[in-house]
Amino acid sequence: MIDLTLNHWIVAPIVLPSLLAPIIIIAMRHDMLLSRVFSVAGVAALLAIAIALVVQAADGPVQHYELGNWDGPFGIVMVLDRLSALMLLLTAVLALGVIGYAIASGWDARGRHFHALFQFQLMGVNGAFLTGDVFNLFVFFEVLLIASYGLMLHGGGAKRTRAGLQYVAINLAGSTLFLIAIGVLYGVTGTLNMADLALKAAAMPAENQALLQTGGVLLLIVFAVKAAAAPIHFWLPGAYANAPGPVAALFAIMTKVGAYAILRVYTLVFGADAGEAAWLAADWLLPAALATLAIGMVGVLGAKGLVRQVCFAVLGSMGTLLTAIALFTPEATVAALYYLIHSTFAAAALFLLADLIVARRPDVGDAITPAPRFMQTGLLAALFFAAAIGMAGMPPLSGFIGKLLVLEAAASTPAMTAVWTVVLVTSLLCIVGFARAGSTVFWKSAQVSGDEDDAPAPRPLGPAPGVALSCVGFMLAGMVGLTLFAGPVTGYLADAAAQLYDPSDYITTVLGADALAGR
Amino acid sequence: MEILVASGVGAMTAAGVYLVLRARSFPVIVGLAMLSYAVNVFLFATGRIAINLPPVISKDAVAYSDPLPQALVLTAIVIAFGMTAVVVVLALRAYLESGDDAVDIGADDTESGQPGESDGLGESAGTGR
Repeated sequence: MIDLTLNHWIVAPIVLPSLLAPIIIIAMRHDMLLSRVFSVAGVAALLAIAIALVVQAADGPVQHYELGNWDGPFGIVMVLDRLSALMLLLTAVLALGVIGYAIASGWDARGRHFHALFQFQLMGVNGAFLTGDVFNLFVFFEVLLIASYGLMLHGGGAKRTRAGLQYVAINLAGSTLFLIAIGVLYGVTGTLNMADLALKAAAMPAENQALLQTGGVLLLIVFAVKAAAAPIHFWLPGAYANAPGPVAALFAIMTKVGAYAILRVYTLVFGADAGEAAWLAADWLLPAALATLAIGMVGVLGAKGLVRQVCFAVLGSMGTLLTAIALFTPEATVAALYYLIHSTFAAAALFLLADLIVARRPDVGDAITPAPRFMQTGLLAALFFAAAIGMAGMPPLSGFIGKLLVLEAAASTPAMTAVWTVVLVTSLLCIVGFARAGSTVFWKSAQVSGDEDDAPAPRPLGPAPGVALSCVGFMLAGMVGLTLFAGPVTGYLADAAAQLYDPSDYITTVLGADALAGR
Repeated sequence: MEILVASGVGAMTAAGVYLVLRARSFPVIVGLAMLSYAVNVFLFATGRIAINLPPVISKDAVAYSDPLPQALVLTAIVIAFGMTAVVVVLALRAYLESGDDAVDIGADDTESGQPGESDGLGESAGTGR
């Protein structure tokens, strides 16, 4: 029997790509045009579903979906609240820009099964955002990681394969740690459902506190690996710099999955009601986040290649994001979520731009050195300028509002001095780093030889270079939109944060109305 | 029994971590396999150690062992098995393409902007199809 009271649209963001991917492999693997059409249509449908879910979540309570109609905490549940709906929408918007770029630049034709892997990647990411079960979260992490291994190696090449091996090895070690953390938590609480874990953690007797907190901190390490927080961030620059441009842009959402998981688990399970284990993550996360921010922005200053510079900027933005998360107040979470949306667009735009520039400078690649003028220097310089302003957090783009929100949220906390110092100093480093790169690549190159007609023949620019450029514009438009509609967006985010910091609605939705009666 | 299981998990984890840190592809693969074995045994133990007890309902059972960790272990085994296969193929390909089985990225790999070979595009354009 199908229970008609359940909202079946909640699983659609997982079911749609998971059906589309095998169809693309089986029926369309020899027909690039057909798989392109279906892949774009799938992403567009995903976007429509995500918008509908955000509208539902915005004015409704938390909704849940029981797979196979088994009640929580025994069955696997999917939970839709404002945060997960927002993350689904962000993923779909990013995916639309990236798939457009991948097709227009011809990247998808440089290896096999790009579109199928892309859909599997979306399935894993969407699943991680929707699931209400820790083990299920592990499974979706594996789905998105396995797809990401394929995408990262797309196109091949010795250096990419070696970087891929390192990326796979790091993530396999991370998955092992995830299972150990899950084992510890299951051993001490007897459940893996997040809502039920929250109840069990709140009622944990003192003699089991040590085990519970060990499990919680192990889980934090796992999420920190995904979110590339110091000191376990080393994998990110190597992996992203060697991935194909559009894939690196899509990976902008992958670090956010780690940040989302931290936010979800450490407000729900280890939140205010968790007794001795309350706000378990805060003490560990804040220093790690500030260190990540510092390392990332120093890397921006020191990078010798454009792509690596963007990788370090991503690291720095994750530091800012995790700093805001680590404060664990509703205001700081609004700032974190706003910055999360912004940094996803900024990172994707920069990765795509770097790919465009590398394609037009075949002799020097992505090295930050003067080189002969290349096609569309002026246009690319303008786009790079806009994206770098966004990433560095200068006005007028959304990065400025995001960093301002972070600073404001930190103002009333004991960590204010540290947060303000690190954020402001690293912003300066980031500005200097990008200014150096931009002036070398665009201005000094302009002096090397005068004429655009003498430019070396670029790498093949793909079937539709104009569309590729407009996909970069789409990402920048995301930042502009986020700036213009900052008011409504932060309003929605404030509601989302309120849901996170009062998890009673989440728990009663998943476990039934009397779940909190014993409190 | 507890001592045996715990020391088994500990020994395998220690061996796995040591091998992963060798930073050569074959020891890393064996080390990751070791780690996944250790995790599987550990997951079993999270349901509390019980001998000769059925996990599913039967008429003449006096007690039950916890079935959930067994389901978790099954999932973990499948994923670890698949990933071992992937990483073996990947390691072979990395070795054949670069002539070196080091897993860590050396100084020559982090230097970007070598003419003509930035992020492997030179090779990929021809062989990718």
